[in-house]
Amino acid sequence: MSEHIVPVKVYVTIFLVLVVGTLLTVWAAFVDFPWRLNTIVALTIATVKATFVVLYFMHVRYSARLIWVIMAAALFWMAILFALTFSDYQTRKWDRDRTSGFVILY
Amino acid sequence: MEQQREAGTLGMWIFLVTEIMFFGGMFLAYALYRTTFPAAFASGSNHLDIYLGAVNTGVLILSSFTMAMAVYFTQVGNRRPQIFCLALTLLLGLTFLGIKAVEYHQKYEDHLIPGHLIPGNPFDPEVQEEGRPLDHHKLHLLTGATVAQVEMFYWIYFAMTGMHALHMIIGAGLLTFLLIYSLKGRFDPEYHSPVEVIGLYWHFVDIVWIFLFPLLYLLGRHYH
Repeated sequence: MSEHIVPVKVYVTIFLVLVVGTLLTVWAAFVDFPWRLNTIVALTIATVKATFVVLYFMHVRYSARLIWVIMAAALFWMAILFALTFSDYQTRKWDRDRTSGFVILY
Repeated sequence: MEQQREAGTLGMWIFLVTEIMFFGGMFLAYALYRTTFPAAFASGSNHLDIYLGAVNTGVLILSSFTMAMAVYFTQVGNRRPQIFCLALTLLLGLTFLGIKAVEYHQKYEDHLIPGHLIPGNPFDPEVQEEGRPLDHHKLHLLTGATVAQVEMFYWIYFAMTGMHALHMIIGAGLLTFLLIYSLKGRFDPEYHSPVEVIGLYWHFVDIVWIFLFPLLYLLGRHYH
């Protein structure tokens, strides 16, 4: 597979997207979103920005399948880390604190 | 040559995966403590300088762009702009570190360096009292937050931004190396793996900051 040269126009577009994303996330931080959605909004904007950096600045979009597999493995590992840890921490008080909506029967 | 270049890129990606694991652990610690002490985390976050944080985000994004352009000009074999872009990237990286140093100094003056990291200047912020004139050097505690919990926020703040800054310092060193070698004319369209590989590293450090900025600086701004 020969090297792919990303055109300048693409780099400039991604740069502008990142600047707009930064302004958007600062604006969104001062807004009261319903249902405490602020964190979700902030993380969504950050993830979109990171995705653009990975795909275009880091050339993953034009890279070999193997790079995609490596990226997927890293994200999968992060998902395991967070899912298992939080499934532990979020359930620790279930037997003492019934406000969580769950009842533990012994 | 083509295979060598791809092998080098692959090696950098494997290294970046280990870096994701490394920073992932700290993001996990952040998430756990934030869910445990939400009010304290919002209070600590509100004391950070949002404008310096936002400007630094812009500086880092611009440096990622100039790095990408440096790779581009190396690939097409245009040496003058290649050197210019590398120098600009290095300069922007140093600007980021400078602004970060100003922020750290502000935290030092407000006695917000956690624990006894600085001998003789322990974590001991003045707390803003109700009804007194507003003082931006004092810590505004939201309902339910304690000073000890805010200290936990600052441990995590300094651990994460400190590790990020260390990566920036290493990146600045790598860019200096690239700059010297490109001045010697070592890189051309045929051979330029170092530029590309260090570029990947630089973009990764940028991505870490893209997540750190909203999580640390912006999380409590809508609490009133």
